[in-house]
Amino acid sequence: MKGNLLGRKGLLTGVIIILFLFILPFIFPRFYIYMTSIILLTGLLASSCNIALGFGGIYQFHHAVFYGAGAYAAALIITKSSLSPWIAFAAGPIVSAIIGLIMGIISIRLSKLYFGMLQVSLGSLVWVIVYRWYSFTGGDDGIHGIPLPEILSSANGAYYFTLFITGLSMFVLYRILKSPFGSVLQGIRDNPLRSGIIGVNVKRHQLMTLVIASFFAGVAGTLFVVVDNTVFPDMLFWTLSMEIVIMCLLGGWFTFFGPMLGAAALVALRTFVSSFTVYWALILGILFTLVIFFLPNGILGYIEQKFKKGTEVSVDRG
Amino acid sequence: MLRVESLSKSFEGFKAVNNANLHVEKGEIVAVIGPNGAGKTTLFNLITGVLKPDNGKVYFKGEDITGLPPHEIFKKRISRSFQVVNLFPRLSVFENVQIAILSREGKTWNLFSPSKKFAIEETEEILERVGLIDKRNRISALLSHGDQKVLEIAIALGGKPEFLIFDEPTAGMSPEETSRCIELIKHLSEKMGLTILFCEHDMEIVFGIANRIMVMVRGSTIIQGSCEEVRCNKAVQDAYLGGGDECSV
Ligand SMILES: Nc1ncnc2c1ncn2[C@@H]1O[C@H](COP(=O)(O)OP(=O)(O)OP(=O)(O)O)[C@@H](O)[C@H]1O
Ligand SMILES: [Mg+2]
Repeated sequence: MKGNLLGRKGLLTGVIIILFLFILPFIFPRFYIYMTSIILLTGLLASSCNIALGFGGIYQFHHAVFYGAGAYAAALIITKSSLSPWIAFAAGPIVSAIIGLIMGIISIRLSKLYFGMLQVSLGSLVWVIVYRWYSFTGGDDGIHGIPLPEILSSANGAYYFTLFITGLSMFVLYRILKSPFGSVLQGIRDNPLRSGIIGVNVKRHQLMTLVIASFFAGVAGTLFVVVDNTVFPDMLFWTLSMEIVIMCLLGGWFTFFGPMLGAAALVALRTFVSSFTVYWALILGILFTLVIFFLPNGILGYIEQKFKKGTEVSVDRG
Repeated sequence: MLRVESLSKSFEGFKAVNNANLHVEKGEIVAVIGPNGAGKTTLFNLITGVLKPDNGKVYFKGEDITGLPPHEIFKKRISRSFQVVNLFPRLSVFENVQIAILSREGKTWNLFSPSKKFAIEETEEILERVGLIDKRNRISALLSHGDQKVLEIAIALGGKPEFLIFDEPTAGMSPEETSRCIELIKHLSEKMGLTILFCEHDMEIVFGIANRIMVMVRGSTIIQGSCEEVRCNKAVQDAYLGGGDECSV
């Protein structure tokens, strides 16, 4: 990962996007405010997945579990206890992180694809519990009309809260990737054997990565409760996990903002083609295939490559 | 400094290393030679903990280090490079060396300070030494093969080693790269006082830089001695050097 995404141009793009996001509620109708909130939190979800997938080389195939778990934890605390919703919002990510830790401890000893498969199995188990435990979780109905604190109950309030928390979370994730831990993590992705030989405890670093990834998935899940006031079992179904992986690949899984871009693309697409929902899986499949064949590094990866061509990657030999 | 006593390792009954003996004194450059498949790489893997021996002992500075895992060996200040390039391909040249230092210094659990604050001087110094400083921001996968082999050595230096093991350091290098690499090895030995164990097929290089030579054939040590002793040894000539009598030197 190169630090200054695209240098000065990247910074300028960033500033414009942030300004745009700030004034968006004054320009666009409510529907777009809602959609942008969903894009932001889904982008955070994909970015958190990509910490493990793109930067850690860990096959994070069932990331939705941690998203759903965080959302359910927050929703259940709000509806079933007398605790403040703010406590519920803090508890969501923590519950996700704990589930991430437990599932991680069980599956981290397996490598690569086997890890991914075990994660899908364990995650499906969590889904079954949520889906079947009707009296507690509401089963396939989910939980609706979750009451929120006053300032979050308007679309604008929820939007700005989501914008702020997403921005903060992305900042923290970025800092982590740029830290010694982040450097070592990318080293493990590239070459776990050599990492071990130079003294890195590979499994323990990967476990920590899983905890970080699931924590921020839980943040995204909690934001969904804020934006949509609902939770439902599909939030932790494996098809969403596949979508998350596609977001990462589409946007660029070796870039920091790629998954955010991929999420924006997929959420927008899903919203506008929702009249043919039967074909959604088909559309995803085609998209996935196209990305694998034509943009193996994703959209942002492609742009970065193009940009770098002109400068430092003119490989001179010797 | 390093003593290997009757070390053995079998792969499914095949004795890759069979009763190997070796000793290296502080400050020496010792070469291991032997035909392809003699067990040189396996011997190095046994010393550095990548493989566990079936039998035998490895002592480093008098301490028994037999069978310790690789990261423990690394902490004992034994570093190695690999015959087949074994880098962090997506990371820059600089980062490749830096993470070795971060790991040695126990900084890998720092999550919130920027990496660019750590180990800068030492990384630069190593890159300067090995001649890769101009390519510090290059992605290591895009380096020429020769540079990648040198980066191998640079990563090993990140462990601040006292003892270095190089597995065919010049394999696949162009003649100029080879001579630069030999200069580097001499520099590490003479200027930094490091002890070096290496294996190599090119006899000119071996006789040029090694103080002593250990000859391995089919997993076993035939002889270890000075260049002269090895050159004149009958068994070595029969088994390896092709019979020609070169002892008139
Ligand atoms: N992991 C392994 N499993 C099975 N056999 C192995 C393994 N590693 C090495 N061998 C065998 O052990 C023998 C010694 O291999 P080794 O790589 O140590 O030889 P070498 O002296 O380094 O040869 P070269 O000069 O070609 O690098 C070879 O016959 C090889 O096929
Ligand atoms: Mg070998």
